[in-house]
Amino acid sequence: MAPVVSKPAEVALHPGYREVVVQFLTELADDELTLGHRDSEWLGLAPDIEGDIAFSSIAQDEVGHAAFCFDRIAELTGQEADVLAFARSAAERRNARLLERENGDWAETIVRHYLYDTFDRLRLQALVESSYRPLAEGAVKMLREEYYHRLHMQTVLARLGRGGEARERVERALYALADEVGSLFAGSLQDARLTDLRILRASGNDIASAWCEQVAAELEDWGLPVPAGLRTVRPAADGRTVHGAALQQLLSEMAEVYHTDPQATW
Amino acid sequence: MSRTETEPNLGPDGQDLRSRVEQALLDVQDPEIPALSIVDLGMVNSMRCENGRVTVSLTPTFLGCPALAIIQHQVERRLRQVEGIHSVEVEFVFTPPWTTERISPVGREKLREFGIAPPPCVLASAQLAKPACPYCGSEETRLENLFGPTACRSLYYCEHCRQPFEAMKPV
Repeated sequence: MAPVVSKPAEVALHPGYREVVVQFLTELADDELTLGHRDSEWLGLAPDIEGDIAFSSIAQDEVGHAAFCFDRIAELTGQEADVLAFARSAAERRNARLLERENGDWAETIVRHYLYDTFDRLRLQALVESSYRPLAEGAVKMLREEYYHRLHMQTVLARLGRGGEARERVERALYALADEVGSLFAGSLQDARLTDLRILRASGNDIASAWCEQVAAELEDWGLPVPAGLRTVRPAADGRTVHGAALQQLLSEMAEVYHTDPQATW
Repeated sequence: MSRTETEPNLGPDGQDLRSRVEQALLDVQDPEIPALSIVDLGMVNSMRCENGRVTVSLTPTFLGCPALAIIQHQVERRLRQVEGIHSVEVEFVFTPPWTTERISPVGREKLREFGIAPPPCVLASAQLAKPACPYCGSEETRLENLFGPTACRSLYYCEHCRQPFEAMKPV
């Protein structure tokens, strides 16, 4: 009989549950924080005012979602959310490697966000009925906010894909990112305990095939090429555990103020 | 305040105190849209008064809303001024989730007066319904940008009175 866990304290009743849910929450939090920080790097620099405004709100949403997940981890482990967000080393981070990449050009930023938002929606949909109720409640809220992120990326991507230099850059980005998308499906999504415990109600493989199908159909609708790596995705075994120099650069910038005085009260 | 719970442990003037607290909450504004109180916005989920101690549970509008800490602080400060209240606790709850359907009819009217088109009362299934212009009421409007000056607003343009305007996103 799969458990239903309504409160953090109840995880103690189910052997192994805490470890699995904390691991998964860490991936969710790190994905959102990493991408949210990359989004924030566009502020004042996006090629149009609409993009600039959109990325400031989207960054705020993503960081808000990360904070929600860090708070849920803190309830389970007694750690502090700020320490989890700012003080962990690159080796301890569990974000997908795709998300730590430097932003690249505008086309690559939009393509990555679209690929991630499509993945994130499927993952959140599989969380709405999660046995871990505190997470299920957050997923309902996040889905409603993420709806606008994906809609925005679809609108911009369809526009960039119409032709000229923009389209060339979109195509280049699709091929460049196809090599890294396997990192999204690494980690907990390959751990059968996550579905056995009903924390996530779809398997990593189900999510991956739904993602491939949807991405391919939409890219085709926009008349864009579908690289083989997006048509069938292979989970990268080390996609959430081995990180590149880009994450190190991101962390030192993001946590620069925090490290000036880790004890400060904000 | 139809969502407030009934409190079994009210003293003789319990209902008076309760009303004073409810009245005081109407003074707490949304820092991003000062025309609206948190009651108009539907953020007040429940309120319990017991022996001069009040606990208010609030539903965050957006998970990453930077105004939450300010709102919490303002609720604490305002309710401490209420006669008969000596301690205030604010908690945030996520169930049921806040949706734009929770904005009261009064809140919708205040939004419109403030120049922000209110969100539709009932969410159409994943379809983004175009809001009417808050200035001239025309339905001839077009979406300029899904995102606006705050995470909860979009930008529109009215083809009729040629006025750009903001609309609250339905969530």
